Amino acid sequence: MGNVVFKRSNGLSKKEFSYCPGCTHGIIHRLVAEVIEELGVLDKTIGISPVGCSVMNYEFFNCDMQQAAHGRAPAVATGIKRVRPDNIVFSYQGDGDLASIGTAEIVHAAHRSENITVIFVNNAIYGMTGGQMAPTTLIGQKTTTSPYGRDEKHAGKPIKMSEMLATIPGATYIERVSVHDPLHVRKAKKAVKKAFQTQIEGKGFSLVEFISSCPVNWGKTPQDALNWVKDNMIPYYPLGNFRSPEEDDKND
Amino acid sequence: MAKVMMKGNEAMALAAIKGGCKAFFGYPITPQSELPEYLARHMHKHGGVFLQAESEVAAINMVYGASGAGARVLTSSSSPGIALKQEGISYIAGAELPAVIINVMRGGPGLGGIQPSQADYKQVTRGGGNGDYYVLAYAPENLQETVNVIKEAFDLADLYRNPVMIAVDGLIGQMMEPVDLDVEVPKRDLPEKDWATIGTYGKREPVNVNSLFLDPQDLENHSFKLAEKYKLMKKNEQRYEFVNMENAELVIVAYGTMARIVRSALEILKNEGINVGLLRPISIWPFPEKAFKEFPDTVKGILTCELSTGQMLDDVKICNNGKLPINFFGRTGGMVPEPEEIVKAVKDMIGGLK
Ligand SMILES: Cc1ncc(C[n+]2csc(CCOP(=O)(O)OP(=O)(O)O)c2C)c(N)n1
Ligand code: SF4
Repeated sequence: MGNVVFKRSNGLSKKEFSYCPGCTHGIIHRLVAEVIEELGVLDKTIGISPVGCSVMNYEFFNCDMQQAAHGRAPAVATGIKRVRPDNIVFSYQGDGDLASIGTAEIVHAAHRSENITVIFVNNAIYGMTGGQMAPTTLIGQKTTTSPYGRDEKHAGKPIKMSEMLATIPGATYIERVSVHDPLHVRKAKKAVKKAFQTQIEGKGFSLVEFISSCPVNWGKTPQDALNWVKDNMIPYYPLGNFRSPEEDDKND
Repeated sequence: MAKVMMKGNEAMALAAIKGGCKAFFGYPITPQSELPEYLARHMHKHGGVFLQAESEVAAINMVYGASGAGARVLTSSSSPGIALKQEGISYIAGAELPAVIINVMRGGPGLGGIQPSQADYKQVTRGGGNGDYYVLAYAPENLQETVNVIKEAFDLADLYRNPVMIAVDGLIGQMMEPVDLDVEVPKRDLPEKDWATIGTYGKREPVNVNSLFLDPQDLENHSFKLAEKYKLMKKNEQRYEFVNMENAELVIVAYGTMARIVRSALEILKNEGINVGLLRPISIWPFPEKAFKEFPDTVKGILTCELSTGQMLDDVKICNNGKLPINFFGRTGGMVPEPEEIVKAVKDMIGGLK
């Protein structure tokens, strides 16, 4: 009998992920599931699936789930949390979902400091619909709707959601993380834990932005995609903390 | 039971509380703002939640979330706001969630005007959201009937796991009328909400609230299941009133405020010895098609009267199925007719039939 060194988190169902090889959605799911389990709140957690590649993650998380319309997950989360304040509520959203069609909903969930946790997966592209430009697509990045590379004169500069949301007084905890190597995966998990703890302690709106990869629509191998995260995305989207409850306590 | 003088919008809000409403999400718009304002003052006293959303789009998705978590939920708005809610209403119908939606209609299209109108008939009865779905829709005529149907609506929504819309015009919303909020309304036998996402608490497997069916066979099965439900609603929930039908030579079809004006017109006509009946749809979806089979043989024609340029008219034509001649009288944009205008329309039609 050997020691168990790795096992499926109880926060995940037995269903196999439907993500492409090398896609980091899977790692992010696992981190969220592990944290929910470790904090002992799995049986009172309600999650919200977005519209995007993770649309079916209500089948992957081993807790009650609701599937939301494109971009509306923060409003759905608000509705749930307001009538069931003792449950733990999180939304899981891509960058098309959160940074484009759902900007009003995320801004106002932060503005009201809804006591929810948002997992924001920024892969600089619309994965599910086949690789169109997102508001987060980098300058020069080729997508199916920016075939010559994103031109800032035409499409503006990529939006930095964490920085923007951090300007909202109601935002309590905001951190940007990456999962391109094991060290960063460990750091990312700490951030997810902190976000859920913020909610458990009733301190208000928490969001963790993951810089994520989409090897298929980026036209890269899984390893090249991770390198591209490190060399191109992180320099534009710096990792780190943008808002924390401690800082808010100091300013009170 | 005591009658009190109340403004329509406030009485509707109180009726919702009495119907067991535990959460309200909405966005301000004339002519219904007194309804959320009343709930902002009173909801917490009844253990309920009031929240002003950033938009109608957000409000209806909050309704989705709260309803999916088992609460009795209300939203209210007026025509352009209902238009924005259509996406969410389609998701609510698709995920089979209960919800009550009050639409205090105003004129359109576009920003239109803020005066009473029935120009939302198609928006209410045909949706506007995507997919094969319907909402139960009621168009009461006065404040008493409105509060009764709102109290009942929460049971109906839970019973069918479907949105229920109450469509009144701005006149009912704004008018002061004596009303009794404690009239008993029919109660339904309601199933447990074992589908609601409230946390497993170690007692059951996880559940999900969802309208996605990627496998076409699954989606067809789901759509057929919904269709069966709509058939049941058509069978059990058609609601209408007949007025003065005996020996009527003409039937007027009118609902809501227009039906009230028609009642006055019927009195004038009766004094002149002209016998005209009224079919007043109370449910506008399902439309009371049964009623068209109950007309007496004396009826020689149908006059449809609406506060629009003719929207319910299509349903009247479908139910009449070419049998009797149909005329239309409508005022719109917030213009409300005098009974005499309807009297004239009746006389014109009878003259033409002779
Ligand atoms: C109202 C609406 N508009 C558009 C779509 C089509 N659509 C599906 S997924 C998607 C983009 C998802 O991209 P993102 O949020 O970045 O998630 P990813 O797939 O990259 O994980 C779009 C536009 C939709 N389902 N609904
Ligand atoms: S398309 Fe991109 S984001 Fe979607 S599963 Fe595949 S790699 Fe992941």
